[in-house]
Amino acid sequence: MPTNPTNPSNLRHPALPVDSSSLSLSIDQRLGSFHLQTELVLPAHGVTGIFGTSGSGKTSLLRLIAGLEYPDSGVIQLGDQVLLDTRRRISVAAHKRRIGVVFQEARLFPHYRVRGNLTYGMPAHASARFDEIVELLGIKALLERMPGTLSGGEARRVAIGRALLSDPQLLLMDEPLTGLDGARKDELLRFIAQLTKQVDIPVIYVSHDAEEISAIADHLVLMKAGRVVASNRLNHLLQRFDLTHELGGFDAASILEGRVDEHDATYNLTHLALNDTHRLVIPGTSAPIGSPLRVRILARDIALALTPLQSTSYRNQLSATIEDMTSLSTSPHSVELLLNVGDIRLRARLTRKSWDEMGLHIGKQITALIRSVSVAHY
Amino acid sequence: MILSPAEWEAIRLSLLIGLAAVAWILPPGIAVAWWLARHDFRGKSIVDGFIHLPLVLPPVVVGYLLLVSLGRQGVVGQWLYATLGVSLPFTWQGAAVASGVMAFPLLVRALRLSLEAVDPKLEAAARTLGANRWRVFTTITLPLAIPGLLTGTVLAFARALSEFGATITFASNIPSETRTLPLALYTLIQTPGQESAAARLCVIAIIIALFSLIASEWLARRTKQRLQERDAY
Repeated sequence: MPTNPTNPSNLRHPALPVDSSSLSLSIDQRLGSFHLQTELVLPAHGVTGIFGTSGSGKTSLLRLIAGLEYPDSGVIQLGDQVLLDTRRRISVAAHKRRIGVVFQEARLFPHYRVRGNLTYGMPAHASARFDEIVELLGIKALLERMPGTLSGGEARRVAIGRALLSDPQLLLMDEPLTGLDGARKDELLRFIAQLTKQVDIPVIYVSHDAEEISAIADHLVLMKAGRVVASNRLNHLLQRFDLTHELGGFDAASILEGRVDEHDATYNLTHLALNDTHRLVIPGTSAPIGSPLRVRILARDIALALTPLQSTSYRNQLSATIEDMTSLSTSPHSVELLLNVGDIRLRARLTRKSWDEMGLHIGKQITALIRSVSVAHY
Repeated sequence: MILSPAEWEAIRLSLLIGLAAVAWILPPGIAVAWWLARHDFRGKSIVDGFIHLPLVLPPVVVGYLLLVSLGRQGVVGQWLYATLGVSLPFTWQGAAVASGVMAFPLLVRALRLSLEAVDPKLEAAARTLGANRWRVFTTITLPLAIPGLLTGTVLAFARALSEFGATITFASNIPSETRTLPLALYTLIQTPGQESAAARLCVIAIIIALFSLIASEWLARRTKQRLQERDAY
């Protein structure tokens, strides 16, 4: 957008900081008693999770970005493209925005075969990617089937392929796993996680499921009653004590990113390098050596010791500094800590009794004992 | 049964006028049905009522109104004659216009119901895939409304075939020009001593009606079957 300070649209909606291709928006919309009032700048790369209870405005936000709805007033920019500016009476039509959408229901066209669905929005220059995407999504065997004959998981994968093949500059996913059972859900989630790494377009992933979001998102937007409560890197938000309530579903945990260092076949363990000095031993995975891995550690799975323990069943001990402490309003006999391990932050939860008896205080050096680590995604 | 030239002529004219009537009302019929199915606006019920008028008005009134507006002295008729040299009254084209007007509400009704049943979410999905309104309509909305389009077309055709009042008022009863089956039958009934000829036409009318009913039934079954075959893949 030409940044003209006298532009009237900037008065109502103050100039948004914009990097070369990030999505920025400022929206005001009333729908009955619901009021969506949002200002956001999202990163140009990776996956942004939008998390909130139903009715928090997540889906409305997606529809506005896609151009399927128009706000009372607002500005939406994708990089330097103005998609919407109500003050300047600019509104790019949905079909010209090049924003792919994967809807809650697959919304496949019932009168086209899977192949026809996939190619419906495919521009000629994207046809070279057809085989690649079909392969990636594992839907080659389905190409000649009619949508009515597909299972829920298959239909979702076709819907994702269809959106990707329309060559979008941004992909929106609106709870794409809704209505799938556990195993199918995990499988598709892994698919999507892989996909978002292989295709280089930003993805906005809407969900009310904390597990999905923590498996897939790099950036997190918390929404509540039509407003953005917080927007930052996922790791960062998970460490904020003041958001414990809004993050409800996340069950106080830390997300750590590491690289697979080695596999221990004898004990079925995988060694994960968090940085140059810190390593974690986690249950064996099939992830190749050198590949990135995201793990999740629940706050209640961390115990503290004043000195490193010599003989213990805890496989993971990390020396750490207590950086912050807060009392939990929900359980007054517990305290929640933020531990600093090198450049890594960990949340830990212990009883107030332990805190007092061990003589802990902010700044104290301790050893964090990690009881269990789960792999958040591959 | 060997038909007389006059009988053949009546059958030929009936089919010609019926087909022409359906052909000219299809484009505006589809447009109006879509408009009513997908848009809400002030005065929609008035527009809706106006479209349904031919269904409830005496056909002679429709014929008279056509004569007043499309006749040589009518507002539209005068313009048509001056610019295109076209005069509709007392021609088979005029009969097609009259039957079309009478059949219009039937087409719109059936099609509108079918269009309303098409999920707007599919249309929204198509738009996010880069399809403009026209492409969404021709590739998603209309194909999914084909059952209604078929029903509406058959109904309209049957209505146009049997049209009498508006046709005789606007296009008159001219042999080899506007004397369709119903008009020929009426003429025979009016003529003393033509009872057996009238009975023959009556039988022909019944056969044509039955035939088109069976044809539409067969068409409907075939489309349904084709859709099921696809699903049963």
